[in-house]
Amino acid sequence: MNTKSKTFRSNLVTFGLVLAFYAVMEAMLKGGMLSSLMKGLLVPLCYYMILAVSLNLVVGISGELSLGHAGFMCVGAFVSAVFARTLGANLPSMVELIVAVIIGAVFAAIFGFLIGIPVLRLRGDYLAIVTLAFGEIIKNVINAVYLGVDSNGLHVSLKDVKSLGLEDGGEVIIKGAQGIGSLPRNSTFTFGIILLLITLFIVINLINSRQGRAIMSIRDNRIAAESVGLSVSKYKLTAFVISAALAGVAGVLYSHNLANLQATSKNFGYNQSIMILVFVVLGGIGNIRGSLIAAVVLTILPEKLRFLSDYRMLIYAIVLIVMMIINSAPKVVEYRKVMAEKYFKKDKKNADGGEA
Amino acid sequence: MADTNEKVLLDVGGISISFGGLKAVNNFSIKIKKNELYGLIGPNGAGKTTVFNLLTGVYKPDTGRIILDGDVLTGKKTIEINRSGIARTFQNIRLFSNLSVIDNVKVGLHQHHEYSLFEGVTHLGRYRRVEKEMTEKAHELLKVFELDEFAEFKASQLPYGKQRKLEIARALATDPKLLLLDEPAAGMNPQETQELMDTIRFVRDRFDMTVLLIEHDMKLVSGICDRLTVLNFGQMLAEGETRTVLNNPEVIKAYLGD
Amino acid sequence: MSSFLSYLISGISLGSVYAIIALGYTMVYGIAKMLNFAHGDIIMVGAYIAFIVFTNMGLPPVVAILASVAGCTILGVLIERIAYKPLRGASSLSVLITAIGVSYFLQNSALLLFGADSKTFTSLVNIPSVTIMNGEVIISGVTIVSIAASIIVIVLLTLFINKTKAGQAMLAVSEDTGAATLMGIDVNKTIALTFAIGSALAGVAGVLLCSTYPVLSSQTGAMPGIKAFTAAVFGGIGSIPGAMIGGMVMGVVENLSKAYISSQLSDAIVFALLIIILLVKPTGLMGKKVQEKV
Repeated sequence: MNTKSKTFRSNLVTFGLVLAFYAVMEAMLKGGMLSSLMKGLLVPLCYYMILAVSLNLVVGISGELSLGHAGFMCVGAFVSAVFARTLGANLPSMVELIVAVIIGAVFAAIFGFLIGIPVLRLRGDYLAIVTLAFGEIIKNVINAVYLGVDSNGLHVSLKDVKSLGLEDGGEVIIKGAQGIGSLPRNSTFTFGIILLLITLFIVINLINSRQGRAIMSIRDNRIAAESVGLSVSKYKLTAFVISAALAGVAGVLYSHNLANLQATSKNFGYNQSIMILVFVVLGGIGNIRGSLIAAVVLTILPEKLRFLSDYRMLIYAIVLIVMMIINSAPKVVEYRKVMAEKYFKKDKKNADGGEA
Repeated sequence: MADTNEKVLLDVGGISISFGGLKAVNNFSIKIKKNELYGLIGPNGAGKTTVFNLLTGVYKPDTGRIILDGDVLTGKKTIEINRSGIARTFQNIRLFSNLSVIDNVKVGLHQHHEYSLFEGVTHLGRYRRVEKEMTEKAHELLKVFELDEFAEFKASQLPYGKQRKLEIARALATDPKLLLLDEPAAGMNPQETQELMDTIRFVRDRFDMTVLLIEHDMKLVSGICDRLTVLNFGQMLAEGETRTVLNNPEVIKAYLGD
Repeated sequence: MSSFLSYLISGISLGSVYAIIALGYTMVYGIAKMLNFAHGDIIMVGAYIAFIVFTNMGLPPVVAILASVAGCTILGVLIERIAYKPLRGASSLSVLITAIGVSYFLQNSALLLFGADSKTFTSLVNIPSVTIMNGEVIISGVTIVSIAASIIVIVLLTLFINKTKAGQAMLAVSEDTGAATLMGIDVNKTIALTFAIGSALAGVAGVLLCSTYPVLSSQTGAMPGIKAFTAAVFGGIGSIPGAMIGGMVMGVVENLSKAYISSQLSDAIVFALLIIILLVKPTGLMGKKVQEKV
């Protein structure tokens, strides 16, 4: 089976790249060769890669434009942060992290499910805007939430600290727009890489399964997929929920890398969602390895090219536009197709050993 | 022609549909026997594809009933209808363009080869065995249509004639009782059309299939169809044995105009 | 009661501006079949042009408005020609991503040119305010102009679509591009004109928006753009009366939410409303259902 082994080899390369990256970075870290800037980027690289791969699952594999990915990251981040401050406060670090990841993933998946059910019925453009709207709603609502804990349990308020009605000795966990403080900051690079490898395992395996084929066939031709008995909503929802869960995992990494967690436009707003989309588009829509590379390059490069930082977003914007035109403009695509057919005819002649 | 036993597989009674005041199909009925090769013909715009869309649940009929092998399919959705046993191809080929040729067929096999999402994500449990089964079955089907050597090519890279064959292969993969082919010979040269005729007969025999096809190519129609129904402006014009229908002066007039 | 009336009136004022923005969105979507994500940022450009002409150069308001409208029109046509035209026929996902790229381009160009700190926009409107209900409710000059502008725009637009050849050409292209070409309609020109008009409207909206909320920065157009698109979808994308109704409803809901519930949550409520409407009526209040050919 020609392509089967090709795909297997290609996936091996992807995993290999991640492991090699890990090995190199760890070596440099131990050898004191990393600047404090790079040291600080190690965990962010992990969660950006997870975010890019999980978004590609929706955009590239399922063919839907989601502009609210940061919203699921936000859910994972805050839920796990609350856990870290309450039930997880006295757990050993590794245990706390693992449980936090599970909780973050589950909650993000639940949100993905609840949002996905109505949203995935909508047509492409509408779906994009509604996912953007949901992302904004999640961010705005969390900014308005006050959460406190005392011996009676959890208290929630959308107004202020006082209306929580906490007893003396109770603790305020989420302070509205000020977010959550005193977080454990126990994410490590190793843990991040492990989560990334698990993410890749899940996504790549999914693509190479019957469910993955179903999802991609629905992307390519919805009506034909229905005509062979596939449930469009079930499979679109599957991709969406898995993607949301993984974004939640990235959120957990994020929140456990900070002392203070706040929901701002910058980290959980649509700007963030679009940033991740840029990773996906530049890495190649549907190209998982490309997402990894793009996430790394586009996170490190701006830091290295500080002198260009003012122009960074401008350059991104231009590159984005140019890439889209090269990849999707009908005239360009047609040209590439003609080239491919010529190659095919040559191949076919060889296969038949003569004229067809 | 092969023996057709007298059992009626598809029983359609009086289906109609209107689009914004225009009656596209009016009171259409048909009874197709098991293993028949049945033709639906008529001038362009007569409503033939609309009939297919009605039979496959793309549109819900305003009136009438559709019964397949005893199952009432009227008003059901496309997915359920396919699972009950009707598969189709489309007038404008609808392949999964970014998937490989063999993956297109494997998607057709999806319903009948199962493993859970968990098994799909971890590649444990039934994954290996079922994938192997699907691969073998898919290759078998591709060989029938002489597409096996192109198994790993991207579906969109196939030339037109082969794309049509792939669409048929995919439809067959769903293990249907009734196969609807919408203009399968469109764009084919005489040699390819002859091949297609042989293929359809082969499919009927090998897969115990019943076929309803829409076609404009009269050589194919007269060559393989047992019976015909003629549609014009959404109305049934004639039905019966192929030879008789094709010699019907009304039918000839409908095609050639006055 | 009087405070409710005040909030309602400013809601209608804001809604009028949203309506004008939404009209630009809905026209482009209906005719060019694309979501111009950069529309909101064209508004921002319009506001900056007016700012430069009026505040920096000290020219009279009318000149500023004309410069803004002219500048936006040219910008809109350029964007269409350079970034969107090559993608005609591509998937809407590709077009949307490109539009996002254009939006970012505009925002960051403005950031580079004008810096990150926001400017105070001096209102271009010199009309005195009107008081009603014994002086309890003040209708500001901007409000009067905004509402008047939106009404004028809608009337002119409707007349244009129905009574002029170019307008009818737009209708034809929105129905069936292929058939329109066969009828001898120059689709390229028609789409360019659509963008021109939509962008001109964006210029007007920019002036009005910043006259109401006098803070101007590179981000000024983003949120209103998204909200106005929400309004257009709410009213049924492609429908002119829908855009008007959608804009008004959005403006009123946003203002009343800010006043009576919370400033924080007003955006969330506005978006939640969009989502609810889309669930009930997936093509918006006055939108048409599009059948896909099988």
